[in-house]
Amino acid sequence: MGEREEVKLLGTWYSPVVARAKIALRLKSVDYDYFEEDLFGSKSELLLKSNPVHKKVPVLIHNNKPILESLNIVEYIDETWNASGPSILPSHPHDRSQARFWSAFVDDKWFPTLIATTITKSENAKAKGMEEVGEWLLLLEDAFISISKGERFFGGEVIGFMDICLGSFLVILKAREKLKGENILDKSKTPSLCKWANEFLADDTVKNVVPEIDRVVKFMREFEAETQTRA
Amino acid sequence: GKMNQEEQVQVLGLWGSPFSKRVEMVLKLKGIPYEYIEEDVYVQKSPMLLKLNPIHKKVPVLVHQGKSIAESLVIVEYIEDTWKTSYPMLPHDPYERSMARFWAKYVDDKVMLTLWKACWGPESEREKMVEEAYEGLKYLEEELGDKQFFGGETIGFVDIAADFIAYWFGIAQEASGVMIMTAEKFPKLQRWSQNFVGNNIIKEVLPPKEKLMALFKAQFGNNASN
Repeated sequence: MGEREEVKLLGTWYSPVVARAKIALRLKSVDYDYFEEDLFGSKSELLLKSNPVHKKVPVLIHNNKPILESLNIVEYIDETWNASGPSILPSHPHDRSQARFWSAFVDDKWFPTLIATTITKSENAKAKGMEEVGEWLLLLEDAFISISKGERFFGGEVIGFMDICLGSFLVILKAREKLKGENILDKSKTPSLCKWANEFLADDTVKNVVPEIDRVVKFMREFEAETQTRA
Repeated sequence: GKMNQEEQVQVLGLWGSPFSKRVEMVLKLKGIPYEYIEEDVYVQKSPMLLKLNPIHKKVPVLVHQGKSIAESLVIVEYIEDTWKTSYPMLPHDPYERSMARFWAKYVDDKVMLTLWKACWGPESEREKMVEEAYEGLKYLEEELGDKQFFGGETIGFVDIAADFIAYWFGIAQEASGVMIMTAEKFPKLQRWSQNFVGNNIIKEVLPPKEKLMALFKAQFGNNASN
């Protein structure tokens, strides 16, 4: 064995996008040192130095070089440790473009809209947002059926890029459902996605890496109570 | 030999759009022939566009081997993946690639909108937008450094993503009367803009200045007169 490469991950336990990096590292069996950043407190020196532009997690530091933005980190891990573990991105250019397109859709449209509904105080805005979230889940259902071609994941037999991207948000989604008694991922509307969600969360590379749903529910409940008293 | 139907590349675009032009620039730099179809998205979206990009209903869209791809930077990555050997847009090294993607996204998500709003945004927000514009440009100035292009000696992914800054922004500044990216404050970005728009291939793709100027003034008016 050669000298141990220095791999560090800066993250927070709560962040779904940090989970993306963890899942990718696990898929490739990469050892790393994890550093927990304070969710509400001050940011560490290392974080500020590594990501001066956005000052956000996750940050992957490999041999002292910082890699930023969760999907960039996943691609970097895929390209750097390409000899070990399965390929995270598909190999065919068109499949790769689909993975990039849908992950941008999830990150730029779907998830921000979902989050906005949890923050807004306007019932109207919330209802409209949830309607969009629901409509877009139907699109994602179609995308899943077309891309997975009958296999368990977007990536086929094994978890891939799109699974990591959308799957990383499942814990928050399910915690939200539990906290509010809502049904966001509806078996009657998106049966394939529901099945996929269970497969994803049960997978070995995911289940010990993402936070427990109940811990997230507790955190959300406390956070909501806190913001109510401050409002 | 003659290219068969499947191999032919089509681009649905809009003459004045920096997003649309990104795709054309990369195709031209790589020497890939394509059929260009103008979509006047502001007047009427064609059935073809709605079929090929049902989700965003926007240009550019690239059609190749019977399949369509939307979102300009996704398209650029597709072109890069498909035509690997001619004029590489991304570096070989995984770390360098991740940095290129980072800066391209920074331009796309943060800088472009800020620059636009600094020129045409509501008066009440103007000061804040100008401040954010300066901040964004400062990071880019620093990242560019003494390189000829963000991509190094040749035009790369970040340069293409920043096409708006190299060309459209100068015209927008002139049309709006708001001066932000001056040679004094951003000498490196200024030099880079000139290198970029002066490139033989890029200059053939850029929309005519007078046409853009007229479009900006018609759509957004002149701040000096407000």
